[in-house]
Order: sequence, then C-alpha cells, then structure tokens
Amino acid sequence: MYGFDYHRPGSVADAASALGGADDGKYLAGGQTLLATMKQRLASPSDLVDLGGIADLKGITVSGGSVSIGATTTHAEVAASADVQGAIPALAAMAGDIGDRQVRNAGTIGGSLANNDPAADYPAAILALGATITTNKRQIAADDFIVGMFETALEEDEIITSVSFPAPTSAAYMKFKQPASRFALVGVFVAKTAGGVRVAVTGATSVAHRGPKLEAALNENFSASAVDGVQIPVDHMNVDIHAGAEYRANLVKVMAKRAVEACG
Amino acid sequence: MPTVSMTVNGKAVSADVESRTLLVHYIRDHIGLTGTHVGCDTSQCGACVVHVNGKSVKSCSTLAVQAEGADVTTIEGLASGEELHPMQAAFKENHGLQCGFCTPGMVMSAVDLANNMKNLDEATIREQLDGNICRCTGYHNIVKSIKDGAERMGG
Repeated sequence: MYGFDYHRPGSVADAASALGGADDGKYLAGGQTLLATMKQRLASPSDLVDLGGIADLKGITVSGGSVSIGATTTHAEVAASADVQGAIPALAAMAGDIGDRQVRNAGTIGGSLANNDPAADYPAAILALGATITTNKRQIAADDFIVGMFETALEEDEIITSVSFPAPTSAAYMKFKQPASRFALVGVFVAKTAGGVRVAVTGATSVAHRGPKLEAALNENFSASAVDGVQIPVDHMNVDIHAGAEYRANLVKVMAKRAVEACG
Repeated sequence: MPTVSMTVNGKAVSADVESRTLLVHYIRDHIGLTGTHVGCDTSQCGACVVHVNGKSVKSCSTLAVQAEGADVTTIEGLASGEELHPMQAAFKENHGLQCGFCTPGMVMSAVDLANNMKNLDEATIREQLDGNICRCTGYHNIVKSIKDGAERMGG
C-alpha cells in the first residue's frame, strides 16, 4: 500500500472540505474493499478521509412505513436490527449474508453502495425496494443512482448520508454465492410493492439492474411458474472461471423462482 | 507520522506509525504481541482476527489509525494468568488445532460468536465460521471445540 494523508473529520461538512482540499482523495467507510484495493496498489489515493468518526452517519430509524439506515451502519448492525427485521426482513437477511462475520462487522451500507461492485448485494436491494439515497447534496432515486460497473451518480466529493427503504408488502433475496468470495455469482431480489412487483439482479452482468421482463411476468402472475416463460438474454452475462453465460442466465431464473416462492 | 493510541488487552498503548500501517502490523511490530497472525493478507483466512470495541474484525483489513481510541482484545488478552479462557480450554481439550497457525483467529472469532449468538448448533457454527480458514483439521474438531467452548461460556 502506498502512503497517504489520513483525515478523521467529525462532521459531514468537514469531511467534504477535507476531500475538496486533497489532490486525489477518497472517502473511507468500512474499508473492506478500498483497503484491499490499495494493498494491491490498484488504488493509491493521496488522502483518505475516514467517515468512521461522524456520529450523524450511523444508526437506523423507522418512520411512516420506511426504514432509514445511516451510511456508516455496518452490515452486522442492519442484520441484527429488530427494526429492519420487523419492517423488511429480506433486507436484514441479505445484510446477514454478506461476506463473512468479520466483514459484516466492518463493511457499511454506504461503502457498499458507493463502490457499486457488479456482484454486491446492496445495489440489488436498493433497486428492488425502490430506495432513496440521501447525500450531503441531494436525494437520488435508486434507479438513477446505479449508473454502471463501479459507477454511481455520486459526484467526486459527494457523501452518502443515509438510505431510505420503503417497506414492501413482501420481499425476498436469493443469492447463489461464489463460495470463496461470497459475492453473488447471481443474486435476485424480488419485492411486492404498492407500485407493483420490482425485480433486481446482481452478479449476472456488469452492473446490478432491474429485470423488466421478470417484473412484467410476475405482475401478471406472481408465481414461480411465471418465471419459466421469461427469456433471459445471455449476450451481456458475465463469463469467468466460475460460470459461463448460459449458466448465469439460468441461475437468474432459478434464483428468481426461489425468491418468488420465499415471498409467499 | 501520526501517533496512534488505543487500549490493547486492557493496557494503554501508543506508537508513532505511518497512516498506511495496518492494525495487525501495529499490534505485532509496534506493540510486540505476535499471537495475532498474518495468513493471507487479503481478508480471506481470518488468522488476524481481533476484537475492536467488542466486535471481531480482520486486523489485516483495518488501518491502525481507524482504531485510534479503541478497545482492542487480542488472543493474548483472553486468559487470566495461567488459566485459559473457556474457549481456549475447549480448543485444547477437543484437539481443535493441528499446526496452530489459524488458531488465534479461530478462537477470537469463536468468542465473538459465543458472545453474540446463544444455543449454537453445528450448522450455525459452520456458517458463522466462514471467515476463518484452517488448512489442517478439516474443521470437525474446531466446530466441536466451539460448541463446547460456547457451552462453557454459558451459551
């Protein structure tokens, strides 16, 4: 890892100005991806602005049928939260199945979303649940937040402060894990919401995305058998040593069916 | 160089380190506690697990500066004098190790698990232990040790 200047601001405003004053700075949340990337020298920021000392960014609140999660809340805290378990059990279960126990004790929801790994779980959750991302500058709908591979709508110095999830009627996330990394080989999040069925897929292509064909089929007939008739295009599927395109495309349907069944 | 201060095994410690110093190197090279191991250095193997403010984390994937002011417990902090911690005793009596390299991380993860989940069954232990890799034992005696140790700890 190359050297850097370290900052530990106590407020979001101080964090933004610390980053603004850096040549090539980065925000540090749980560090479970960024530090590994820096150790491999794939990233070498001039400055790290640690968000871990900002009390305003932590915590979970429930009001008016929606759950708001502070950006530096860890996966373990989301998984263990009685509020999240009560309002959106699928979200608590998803957080409890990220990485391993130690990663969950350090990794954060804001860090995961800002990184937007193509096989991460939270990007699928925000898309399927229709979450809103609040930053130090604005509010961003999930569908606008996810832009491309490791790319989000966030500006360079923008900080996620919280993520708000409207509680669905029911929801379930099913993940076929890559057993070494525990990232999703394919993960499918299905949510029945007031506005209809929403489906999001992660791990399958270069970026987490909605599944409009799956949504159309499930809006007509919310059953696992409805998934059978949907053609999942293989063209853009990820191909690596773990799985080919056809295999991944098939997994999308298998995980979608399991998620629909789990929704009840 | 920043001065990084924290409490390690109940004792206040302080050292001048580079910002990029990992917590595991701070503990081993600057504080001189070498029970915490570096196995893979890529957050996979769990040999470096310590407790930071009561939670198990991988000290190879944490900066020392992030733990400024924290309360850190390492494998050296578990026993009371000559008396092993119940989880250490369970590993010893159930032969939960062979070469012993992964054992500090295994024990620290196991104590965190027993502190946070009650009535641990074998399936839960295996699932929750997926951040710790052992290349010798095939895990059977480790899982047995953790079940026994958790019961001794009152879970």
